[in-house]
Amino acid sequence: MKLKFLKNNSPLGVAFDLFNVLFLATYSLLAILPFFYVIAGSFATTYEFRTRPFFIVPQTFTAASYIYILKSARLLQSIYISVIRTVLGTLTNMFFTVTMAYPLARKSLKGRSLILNLVVFTMFFSGGMIPTFLVVRSVGLLDKIGALILPGAISAWNLIVIKNFFQELPPGLEEAARMDGCNDMRTLWHIVLPLSMPVVATFSLFYAVGHWNAFFDALIYMQSMSKWPLQLILRQMITVAQGALGDAAMIDASYGTLPEDGVKMAVIVVSTVPILMIYPLLQKHFTKGVLVGAIKG
Amino acid sequence: MPIFFLQERRLANILTPATALGKKKPFLVYLIRDRWLYFLLIPGVLYFLVFKYAPMWGLIIAFQDYSPFKGFLKSNWVGLRNFYDFFINPDFLRLLRNTLVMSALNLLFFFPMPIILALMLNELRNFLFKRTVQTIIYIPHFISMVIVYSITYVILSIMGGPVNGLMIKLFGHPIDFLASEAWFRPLILIQLIWKETGWGTIIFLAALAGVDVELYEAAIVDGAGRLRRLIHITLPSIMSTIVVLLILRIGYVLDNGFEQIFLMTNALNHSVADVFDTYVYEVGLRLGAFSYSTAIGMFKAVVGLILIWSTNFLAKKAGQSGIM
Repeated sequence: MKLKFLKNNSPLGVAFDLFNVLFLATYSLLAILPFFYVIAGSFATTYEFRTRPFFIVPQTFTAASYIYILKSARLLQSIYISVIRTVLGTLTNMFFTVTMAYPLARKSLKGRSLILNLVVFTMFFSGGMIPTFLVVRSVGLLDKIGALILPGAISAWNLIVIKNFFQELPPGLEEAARMDGCNDMRTLWHIVLPLSMPVVATFSLFYAVGHWNAFFDALIYMQSMSKWPLQLILRQMITVAQGALGDAAMIDASYGTLPEDGVKMAVIVVSTVPILMIYPLLQKHFTKGVLVGAIKG
Repeated sequence: MPIFFLQERRLANILTPATALGKKKPFLVYLIRDRWLYFLLIPGVLYFLVFKYAPMWGLIIAFQDYSPFKGFLKSNWVGLRNFYDFFINPDFLRLLRNTLVMSALNLLFFFPMPIILALMLNELRNFLFKRTVQTIIYIPHFISMVIVYSITYVILSIMGGPVNGLMIKLFGHPIDFLASEAWFRPLILIQLIWKETGWGTIIFLAALAGVDVELYEAAIVDGAGRLRRLIHITLPSIMSTIVVLLILRIGYVLDNGFEQIFLMTNALNHSVADVFDTYVYEVGLRLGAFSYSTAIGMFKAVVGLILIWSTNFLAKKAGQSGIM
């Protein structure tokens, strides 16, 4: 390898390699620089924001923004809602997805292809925002946490990927379980699921990230602000501070004054940190998750 | 054939066990055999019926003058009036233009980025450096659109944002990027490039990893330099992936990141920002014109479906497996 590398080493090639490394290093830096700026800014004092003697890193540090968050009932409440929604939502997602994926993985099941086709069709066509809203309203979910969980209980894409994974499991295992008197439900619980833990973990993470990041469903389904998740409160803080260019009617009186820049950055940090914390776990799995879906069956 | 004969055969079919005749078993047999599997299917099927198919049935309000008090069935039918009203509304052309311009810019400026980045990553020789770069550039994909919007705001703010701090020093005056029509599209593209370029490299890197090393070795023996290897081996090996993604992207030409555009839209830039989905939200949920906005949503969904179907057909023709 080393020899080959030396053999093809024209001056132009060396120049390219140098440029390539520098470019990619700069690109990586730009990809995470905004996070550094926001983290550093969340510790800056209001005075420094006004006078702005710093570019990225402030000169004096204070935890005032975080103390503000801890004292704000509204922000704590929204963090609570986000956590509840993520935990309950992910559990619901996995329950619905796995129970549906397992029967559909059985090729001998009558009606399987009909159901699969109906599932795939929803990936390309939907009733859209208003009819879905009317359905959610008519089943009585409006302003309830269920509105953030049930309408997205299954991602058709995840369902099909998990189904494909179940299909790849050696059929002998299930046959053996059946011989021993296991019915299909017990087989799923005691044989198939323990074997599928990596897949279950991967898709739980994907669903959890989706729940933590979601805001639009809360905007249309949750009328009371006390039930808003963190992402929506953050959007509200930014939109309102933007001179109420957006929905001025929804300015929250309880803020009193507009939130300071430091507080906004601290809220950004709080809503980003969970994602960054599970990122190493995610990274272990996602390449597989992205590519395994390409296998059709 | 005498009629009684026919009846006799039917009777025989009912009385004889299906297996004995080597014919199709009645569905009931399978229902009993796989009863637990069907039981497991119940929650999922109910989910799709209630939250996916009931809304499709709800599309009928696009042909009505829907009134919440009268309900789905008793509202007055108006035929295609809602669609007609939308097509003669000047907003229709504005929305269509915004959508197509955004998609064209997306195709021109965003689409090539992951390809270029993947090719550059592929030229790296230091494995550790390559892994580090990959780890870092995937991160933005998992960050929520609200956070991307919020970070954009704090960086570009005219009150204390670092970019405008620099602008004041250089030009003496700040630029209100977020309230500007001219800056709306560039900002959307920059956000998109920042968030998704790294993630987009995965599919190309996978294709590149599948290239036979012997091809490169043979090319080296034949005296091909790095540029020639790039042109004659690397590029052709990812060409089919590029073509398929390009075709599919055209299938989604009416979808341009609803959440992102929704967040970045405000009273000062909405004339260039509005797209079909944001308009449906505005007119439907905020102004309460359910039937009219449903017609708009339906128009977009049907055209989208036709586009996806036809481009998928093209992708298959291009020798690829397509998405369906």
